[in-house]
Amino acid sequence: MASISFQKAQRWYPGADTPAVPGIDLEIEDGEFMVLVGPSGCGKSTTLRMLAGLEEVNSGHIFIGDRDVTKVPPKDRDIAMVFQNYALYPHMTVADNMAFALKMAKVPKDEQDRRVKDAARILGLEEYLDRKPKALSGGQRQRVAMGRAIVRNPQVFCMDEPLSNLDAKMRVHTRTDIAKLQRDLGVTTVYVTHDQVEAMTMGDRVAVMKLGELQQVDTPLNLYDKPANLFVAGFIGSPQMNLLEGVAANGAVELGGYAMPLGEAAPHAEGKVTVGIRPESWRIVAASEGGLAVVVTVVEELGADGFAYGTADLDGTAVDIIVRVGGREAVHKGETLHVVPEPSKVHVFDTATGERLS
Amino acid sequence: MCDAGGVRMNLATGPDPTDLLTLPWSVPLEEWPHEHLVSLPRGISRHVVRFATIGGTVYAVKEIAQETAQREYGLLRSLARAGIPVVEAVGVVSGRATPAGEPLDSALVTKHLRFSLPYRALFSRRLDHDLETKLLDALAELIVKLHLAGFAWGDCSLSNTLFRRDAGALSAYLVDAETGQLHPRLSDGQRDYDLELARTNLGGELLDLQGAGLLSASVDPITTAESVVDRYCRLWDELTRPQTISADEWDRIEQRLRRLNALGYDVSQIEVDEVEGRPEIFLQTQVVEAGHHRRRLQQLTGLDVGENQARRILNDLDTFRAQAVMPGTDVDEAEVARHWKSDVFEPVVALIGPELAAKLEPAEFYHEVLEHRWFLSEAAGRSVPLEKAARSYIDTVLRFRPDERAVLDPTLMGVGQVEAAEDS
Repeated sequence: MASISFQKAQRWYPGADTPAVPGIDLEIEDGEFMVLVGPSGCGKSTTLRMLAGLEEVNSGHIFIGDRDVTKVPPKDRDIAMVFQNYALYPHMTVADNMAFALKMAKVPKDEQDRRVKDAARILGLEEYLDRKPKALSGGQRQRVAMGRAIVRNPQVFCMDEPLSNLDAKMRVHTRTDIAKLQRDLGVTTVYVTHDQVEAMTMGDRVAVMKLGELQQVDTPLNLYDKPANLFVAGFIGSPQMNLLEGVAANGAVELGGYAMPLGEAAPHAEGKVTVGIRPESWRIVAASEGGLAVVVTVVEELGADGFAYGTADLDGTAVDIIVRVGGREAVHKGETLHVVPEPSKVHVFDTATGERLS
Repeated sequence: MCDAGGVRMNLATGPDPTDLLTLPWSVPLEEWPHEHLVSLPRGISRHVVRFATIGGTVYAVKEIAQETAQREYGLLRSLARAGIPVVEAVGVVSGRATPAGEPLDSALVTKHLRFSLPYRALFSRRLDHDLETKLLDALAELIVKLHLAGFAWGDCSLSNTLFRRDAGALSAYLVDAETGQLHPRLSDGQRDYDLELARTNLGGELLDLQGAGLLSASVDPITTAESVVDRYCRLWDELTRPQTISADEWDRIEQRLRRLNALGYDVSQIEVDEVEGRPEIFLQTQVVEAGHHRRRLQQLTGLDVGENQARRILNDLDTFRAQAVMPGTDVDEAEVARHWKSDVFEPVVALIGPELAAKLEPAEFYHEVLEHRWFLSEAAGRSVPLEKAARSYIDTVLRFRPDERAVLDPTLMGVGQVEAAEDS
């Protein structure tokens, strides 16, 4: 096991006008589960592939532990790419299915056996070791595939969208399995996904990327509670954070006739700002109390709670608003809600730079 | 594009979309009724795959998420355009839903490659004593071609490949591009990684064959799997290594180009640098479009065959020309080829007859007949006529070969199909 350090690591594809990753600085601790997340083209896969040795690093360095691996061939980096292939061989036992790569790497037989047994114990497959894969359930087969990576005892696991080919149910199931397994094994893991829910539920820390640059590297909760900029604010959270542009003056921001108090968030903010309110941070008030008027267009009932989707008129522009409502709260399509934010849960960003002010 | 009741079909030109519309798209692939299916292989890959026949053409249908299907479709088409041997992608069917409105995954439709064989079929009905060598050479060559085109496969394995007989050798076709990525050029790291995957997957596949009792006792699965890397490196080096020459040695470059042509490759661009006053020649920039002989034969005769088959047939064509054309007369090459095709090739192929037509592809049959004639002539001490050799081959060999036109036996479709083994 080892820490990972990206030091101004750059990837510039031949012929491209701009680098795919201009120079990333990222420290990943020993045993940490780091998720790289961002929209398509943000450089997350390129970053992972630089670590795995599949992309050339044009400048800068990458360290695994104390070792500079920038120029080391992939197979000598002691990294396991997980899930590239989870085909199981039907005529080999579960144990052989896990051990064959060790056999190929000329690992002594007793060492192979020991590693396979250890992996089987962690994966709950001990009693199946002598059976053929057809005797296993779908989930168990998945675990055998994971076992194949585990027995190699790598310093680092790299996973590039490993769940993208699974159906929704299997995805949730496998997500939990991987997260638990990583915690049990304590192997440093770098995981790439475009799905922010996957990132938030799996990572010890999450690195949000856009156009090859890190936007914020933080724990899932901090990303949610204190997004560093407008991009992170909009990207993390489902449904999305409400982002409303307005002009701040005297401790409030003017939103289509409603002066939303900025309270302690950014009391001295002036000029063009964007306020961010998560759907659950609105409070529904009586019309007489003022607040932002939202005309409800769709109500999504989820049982325990629900979401009202609507629009607010901000100086002639209809702006989409999402409000979380209690599952038993009677909110109807066409109705006008009046909402105010929880004062401590208002995020304020500079509209021009996107930076957080609060 | 064709729209039918919410189902969207994006199809390459070629197949008649109304043909494909007759398939039951509102039913999950796993539950497709038997009347539409050729057989019931339970998955050639991680996903559900079924084979359906429409109007004499066999299609492979794979159920996957729309984005993945579109991506793989695009990759297969790009590779095909670059002259890489891949299965023919026909289209993507999306917007599928059950009658109750429940959405279904998209479907990637490819055309089944006639006379192609999954590796397990080659092993289970072994006709070649040096099958492992042929198989690994074919796979190594396929990986080289893919890498020259900038394609990092991400899952090189025998299971993701189909093989076709090619004048006694095998040629390999990529079947599954799902994990692949197309780059302008591959880094050494990307190539190394692909080779490492190939080595490991092959090791697993050969060990599995050993477990199934299909591998010769003399074959060591691990050293055999490892040899794919050497085979790859030899070919890669031959095709791409830089060469330093003296100013008066340009003919060495010509020799090299001829050698590449003989291997079935063309070079589209040559870069010249200077190293200590001597020109250094780089050919690795763009070695494009393998299949020199294949294209030449196609231009001459319209026959679309494998590279080795084409080489063999071109030799036969040369012999025909030498015999048929008076020395010193100027007869157009294409004219000779037309005569050869109608007077030699077609009559021999016609001898096969419909009852044996599924045994072997015509061009491979022709190659086998030429081989057979050589043996007969050697034994007889004189030249045996082609027709006689063909009849002898049909009666003594072809009749006893298994059919290879559409090998879709579920137990032979490759590994990863644990279910297939269950059914067997």
